[in-house]
Amino acid sequence: MSTSILSRPEGTTRSYPAYSRPLWRRALFTREFAVIALLVAVIFYSNNNVEFFDGPLTFYYLFLDIAPILLIALPMTMVIITGEIDLSVASVVGLSSVLVGQLHADAGLSIPVAGLIAILVGAVCGAFNGFLVAYVKLPSLAVTIGTLALYRGIAVGLLGTKAVTDFPEKWTDLAKKRVVEDHSFPMILVPFVVLAVLFVWMLHFSTFGRGVFEIGLNDEAAHFTGVNVARTKFLLFVMAGAVSAFAGIYYTLRFGSARGDNATGLELQVIAAVLLGGVSIFGGRGALHGVIAGVMLIGVISSAMRLENYTVNVINIVIGALLVLSVISTSFLGWAKQLWARRGRGSGPSSSETGQHRQAVAATESTNER
Amino acid sequence: MSTTDTLLLEPSAISPTKRIVGELLRSREIAVGAVLVVVVALTTIKSPDFLFSSNGWRDLLLTPSLLLLLAVGQAVVIITRNVDLSVGSTLGLTAYFTGNLFVDHPGIPIIAVFLLGLLFGAFLGFVNGFLVTFFNVPALVITLGTLYIYRGIFLSWAGSSRINASDMPSSFLDLGTKQILTIPVLTIIGLVVLALVGYYLYTARGGRELYAIGSDPDAAVLYGLPVKRRVLGAFVLCGALAGLAGVVYAARYGTVSSGAGYGMELQAVGAAVIGGVAIFGGSGTVWGAAIGAFLLVTINRALPVVGISDFWQRAVVGALIIAAIVLDRVLSARQARRLVAARDETREQ
Repeated sequence: MSTSILSRPEGTTRSYPAYSRPLWRRALFTREFAVIALLVAVIFYSNNNVEFFDGPLTFYYLFLDIAPILLIALPMTMVIITGEIDLSVASVVGLSSVLVGQLHADAGLSIPVAGLIAILVGAVCGAFNGFLVAYVKLPSLAVTIGTLALYRGIAVGLLGTKAVTDFPEKWTDLAKKRVVEDHSFPMILVPFVVLAVLFVWMLHFSTFGRGVFEIGLNDEAAHFTGVNVARTKFLLFVMAGAVSAFAGIYYTLRFGSARGDNATGLELQVIAAVLLGGVSIFGGRGALHGVIAGVMLIGVISSAMRLENYTVNVINIVIGALLVLSVISTSFLGWAKQLWARRGRGSGPSSSETGQHRQAVAATESTNER
Repeated sequence: MSTTDTLLLEPSAISPTKRIVGELLRSREIAVGAVLVVVVALTTIKSPDFLFSSNGWRDLLLTPSLLLLLAVGQAVVIITRNVDLSVGSTLGLTAYFTGNLFVDHPGIPIIAVFLLGLLFGAFLGFVNGFLVTFFNVPALVITLGTLYIYRGIFLSWAGSSRINASDMPSSFLDLGTKQILTIPVLTIIGLVVLALVGYYLYTARGGRELYAIGSDPDAAVLYGLPVKRRVLGAFVLCGALAGLAGVVYAARYGTVSSGAGYGMELQAVGAAVIGGVAIFGGSGTVWGAAIGAFLLVTINRALPVVGISDFWQRAVVGALIIAAIVLDRVLSARQARRLVAARDETREQ
């Protein structure tokens, strides 16, 4: 049984990539490659046409801004590949922000200790989601809509509309510091790169990651091939909670303000970026390099448009349209391939066999690229 | 001969009255309704004004009428195993559209404003439904995209300006507080919509087909149901109701600022889930979603009265949603066990 609430498009079946083709050809015709190409094109275009875009500050602020999304997108990608979803991540960001603020200001704990406790609480929040989804077998969309309200409610309940702004400069400076003076990479990219390497290894090079994809394709089949479906899902939700809490600490220190309503709506931005990066909402398909490119794409478009004096509202329209276009583009590709295959079949008596073959290949490709 | 003559399905041995009463007692709607009554009763004991002052009675009915409209539309979409995350943005956009109608065309009849709001919302819903059905793509992604698009359009259209009460005629604003037989007009609108949609889902062929589509979309296609048309219809209805809610919003609050409808989509989904509409589609009623909406809003208002700071309101709502889906799970597991037991019994005979 698929745990996604969304029905799979009719007339499509799943199949495995044609491994007979060389690696570069397989890489070239993927969603991930398209996103990366688009990202490069946008950067190239902005560099030439947008004033101040190539200034050293642009990428510095870009990374500062998208860091929470980059971080949370890592576990979210894996959660969505298993066919689940976590809508509560932004509420965990808010809760961890409030905890760091209160533990530091009221309880007098140092930032690292307060942060550690916040990450632990974030992991517990994730474990609660994971327990309900993986072991009680409740739909993740409904569960995490509930915990979205619950965790946000606890955050707002603890602090009210107050804000804790009293943080030592040492730590707020660290959140904005650069790795190397005068270069555009802020310090937050260090933990991100470490986590990204870890997650890429986990998802794409480990048995655990194999299991994640198998669960997304068919969780019953995964169970029978020896994947511990419940434990895998549980762990993914715990990771999502812990990483979101870490992002919450960064968020708090960067803005020097702990508030209950910090990062409201961030969950939708993360999910939009992940889906834009080529991860299928049905599960079973996706890759982290595409997701990282997806997050970057949203960030670059936003900062380029901001430099051109567009308001955030226009930027939202563009991002929304991009998301819609990226999902409907796969339908266009599928139709184009079907047309191509039909033309090949009808072109002569001798080509009927190759036509059929081509159609079969097209069908395989259109499902692979979804 | 004799095998074809015997009734394969015997009429139930339990008397009809007993059966109906039993069904009612087990129904999810009654359970949620009971919780609602308990919340109202407890709050009223603490502070009689909550129910027994004229304002209290009015607010009890009036405040949920907005969410009621959204929850009914959302329930219909969820029953088809889709979801519409753009309703909050649709509401905001339509509310602003409504205000602009009055600014641009002073003296426009109010009924026309309601109809135009409804149509405008229906159009936005049609865009969602068209993208979902025509391109065969998941509703969650499409409506997440249109959530951004509609809100972006709303905000760049509105800019920093906003619609104020002075922009709208007083007869329209009076609708927001007017009562007939102590029942607010806006609540009556909501209840009429609820009755119409509920009746359609319960009796009409199209309504029943929505359930069939939600229970098993593939089977519905194979069976020859007009799946695309029905799903498109569900989205149009959901959009139209969100549009109506936008008009109601303008009448009720008198001002439309950029925050109108922000985050309402999750409340609407939450209300439907609390009311027993399964997120997998195929089951649940709009009555349940409506009671869920009443419960959500009433709890919001009851918390400060019973002495809990309303900062905790969202936590309570979240706990309630989780409790509702856990309860669903427990009940359906019990039902499954009972059915298995019944099957085994008939086999043994």
